[in-house]
Amino acid sequence: MAQVSLEGIRKVYPNGFQAVETTSFTIQDGEFVVLVGPSGCGKSTLLRMIAGLEDITEGTLKIGDRVVNDVDPADRDIAMVFQNYALYPHMTVRKNIGYGLKNRGTSTSEIDAKVQDAAKMLNLTEYLDRKPAQLSGGQRQRVAMGRAVVRDPSLFLFDEPLSNLDAKLRNQMRIEIKALQRRLGTTAVYVTHDQVEAMTMADRIIVLNAGRIEQIGTPSEIYHNPASTFVASFMGAPPMNLIDAQVEQGQVKINGYEGLMPASASNTGPVTLGIRPEDVVLDEQGAVPFRVDILEELGAHRLLHGDLGGQSFTVLIGKDHAAEIGETRVRLKPDALRLFDVESGKVL
Amino acid sequence: MKRAGFENIWLPVALLLPQLMIIAIFFYWPAGWALQSSFFLQDPFGFGSTFVGAENYTSLLGNDQYKRVAGFTIIYSVLVTFFSLAIALLLAVKADKVIRGAKTYRTLLMWVYAIAPPVAGFLGILFFDQSTGPMTKFFQMFGWDFKLGVDYNATATAMIIVAVWKQIPVNFIFFLSGLQSIPRSVREAAMIDNRSATGRFWEVTFPLLAPTAFFLLIINITYALFDTFGIIDALMKGEPGNNPMTLVYKVYLDGFRGNDLGGSSAQSVVLMVLVLILTVFQFRLVERRIHYT
Amino acid sequence: MADTTLETPVTVHRPRRIKWEAIGDHTILILGALLMMLPPLLALTTASHDAVTIHREGLQLTLGDDLGKNFNAAMFEKGGFTQTVDGTLMLMNSFILGIGFAVGKIVISMMAAYAIVYFRLRFATLAFWVIFTTLLLPLEVRILPSYEAIQKLGLTNTYTGLIVPLIASATGTFFFRQFFMSVPEELAEAARIDGAGPWKFFIDILVPLSRTMIAAIFIIMFVFGWNQYLWPTLITTDESFFTLVRGIKQIVLSYTDSQIPEHGQALALAIVAMIPPVAIVVFFQNWFVKGLTESDK
Repeated sequence: MAQVSLEGIRKVYPNGFQAVETTSFTIQDGEFVVLVGPSGCGKSTLLRMIAGLEDITEGTLKIGDRVVNDVDPADRDIAMVFQNYALYPHMTVRKNIGYGLKNRGTSTSEIDAKVQDAAKMLNLTEYLDRKPAQLSGGQRQRVAMGRAVVRDPSLFLFDEPLSNLDAKLRNQMRIEIKALQRRLGTTAVYVTHDQVEAMTMADRIIVLNAGRIEQIGTPSEIYHNPASTFVASFMGAPPMNLIDAQVEQGQVKINGYEGLMPASASNTGPVTLGIRPEDVVLDEQGAVPFRVDILEELGAHRLLHGDLGGQSFTVLIGKDHAAEIGETRVRLKPDALRLFDVESGKVL
Repeated sequence: MKRAGFENIWLPVALLLPQLMIIAIFFYWPAGWALQSSFFLQDPFGFGSTFVGAENYTSLLGNDQYKRVAGFTIIYSVLVTFFSLAIALLLAVKADKVIRGAKTYRTLLMWVYAIAPPVAGFLGILFFDQSTGPMTKFFQMFGWDFKLGVDYNATATAMIIVAVWKQIPVNFIFFLSGLQSIPRSVREAAMIDNRSATGRFWEVTFPLLAPTAFFLLIINITYALFDTFGIIDALMKGEPGNNPMTLVYKVYLDGFRGNDLGGSSAQSVVLMVLVLILTVFQFRLVERRIHYT
Repeated sequence: MADTTLETPVTVHRPRRIKWEAIGDHTILILGALLMMLPPLLALTTASHDAVTIHREGLQLTLGDDLGKNFNAAMFEKGGFTQTVDGTLMLMNSFILGIGFAVGKIVISMMAAYAIVYFRLRFATLAFWVIFTTLLLPLEVRILPSYEAIQKLGLTNTYTGLIVPLIASATGTFFFRQFFMSVPEELAEAARIDGAGPWKFFIDILVPLSRTMIAAIFIIMFVFGWNQYLWPTLITTDESFFTLVRGIKQIVLSYTDSQIPEHGQALALAIVAMIPPVAIVVFFQNWFVKGLTESDK
């Protein structure tokens, strides 16, 4: 196990494109950290730099106490699970899992024992002598996991490992991977573009956008206190409502409707107001009128899409609440309101 | 055939007809004729022929010169195949690895594909020229009095070198495209699993390249047997004499220069059988070829 | 899990090592490129010298003064045994063979492949085998009987006799069959629902869809046809049907037989014989590589 620290890490490709801006953070020993962001945000580049598959342009990378900038991937004591699994097609499952051990000079009997253990843990025992082409997607995924686990590395790296699976399998594997990591206590860095995976699996989430870290925090922090409008709209489904508002005389107003929440006078002027759809309550006595245009039935919940003060707005209500298309009023929970700077998108 | 095949009758027949006619006239008829005439002894002056059974074949097998040609053909094919594959593989691996100039290297290494074998042979004549050829001088440095067209071994060496040179581009193209079709992540996974680049090449890259290599093996043997005719013809400068030659060249020589139609046909049939064996071998390999996904 | 048993105390400095490795890789590639490039380039430089120099000194590394003169003589002076052909005529014949072969092969094999793949024919399987057996025996193997057949048909010294027998193999058909099989089924179904008959479907949809494939095959077939040697050697004895590659034989003979051989001219002609196929391969490299690697497999 090991702590991973990135100190001023930066990546510029030979063509001049800056994939990752100067970045520093530390991943604690045994922690499960998820790097999340839209495609092209630099999350995979960051992971591949940790793996040693991509050169580090600037900065220092430490795994444990060791600076590994110039260390070969094979010598970093890491294991990686790839998006398309990257199994060796000409080797059996047994050889696939044992290949890394073999190259480290582990004795045959020890390899056998470890491969057996890993296979048992992942329900792969009966497939050990098959080739990857004879396995289903989920089984291949498990082999890729087995290959990582068997090495007993100090760091797991996951590069969108579930994105090639169907929805049901994805949910199941999500839980299994998380449970496995808990059990082994190995530090893990997990890259995904799926915010649900990020929320459910992470001890801490790092949200990236355009090569820059937007926010680092626990899933709950990220969800409830997004550091920017980007995080607010990227994390959570349905996303946080973001609407134009004004701060006047220490009060937040939407299109002239007042009584929402007090605000610091220093923010006087236009702001972006954010509120999660579930923090809005349908209330005939509410401060703001809301017109419901579309009603989406989700079973446990209902989503009401409509218009609030001329801006599109979404409200989430429980299945027991009545709702219908047409004019109504809403109340915004004051402690759930977040204010962001209009220009920078940063939280105020 | 497609699930939703058209039902029309006359259109497909009309579409197939040109191909079938050409094949009938220029393939089946001659092939059958070769088989038939291999059992006859043709009068050299064209006054009919006599049925001689398998005599053309038996006299072929008893013929020392034929055996010598067959022997050379085997050695020649093995050496040409081995060296052109090995050199091409080395170059393909390097061209696949370098980041800068990869496209330029590819172009420079493959364009020789378009040069005709006899033209390559002609270039060979200049390089192996008895008095002025740079390759001749190179061999003379090692004390070998290299005489193209006179010395059997010298001519054979020149033929092999030119044939290898001419075949490198094809092998290079196939190896490079084979290498490029190996998923990047598989190689990266290998980088994490194995620190030795040589080990990674032989344990991961090369096995994944095996289907390409098998395929090229057959292609190269076929090339050495048949497509090098122009190289051989050019390098012996039209004077077979004591020079080495391949089986195909001998078919040509006996049939067109020696007017031994029966013997030449028998040789053709032997070659046909050889090719059939190669083809069956190839199909078996393709069948057994591991289908990586 | 206390995996502090780091196998090796690693002190490899990667960037520096990569640099050395890259230098080695480039060295090998440059040597390889030189190996492939030098012979034809030396032919070009040598072709710029006069006959006596080449005869006495062999290959020349530098450019001389006679390049234009040699090319001029090779292309426009009538030569050969009959003194009736010049380089221009041979160049034309090479183009006729290269283009005629490529076009003929593509047209005939596309039609046959379409018939085999898209029609429910009782004898489709039979036709398939009849056609694909030809893959087994290259022309070189059945060269003598094929020559006899052409002779009986009176087709020696004709373009028909030169081109058509070369087409009698299934390589193109096989390639187009593979390609048509990979075209989604739904396309034909959609076309039928849109009221397109089999001929309309072929012309309006399948042929346009095959454009890159056709281009790739054309390049390979053109080079193959252009570079034919054995077959033209047998079929064309009349020098007015000689192609450049066929004419190489004459060049080689002149090189050994004549007392003052015109090496410069011979080399000039050899270079002219190389330029069109090399140019097409270099300029349409991507199509060519695609066609080669996808057709032969």
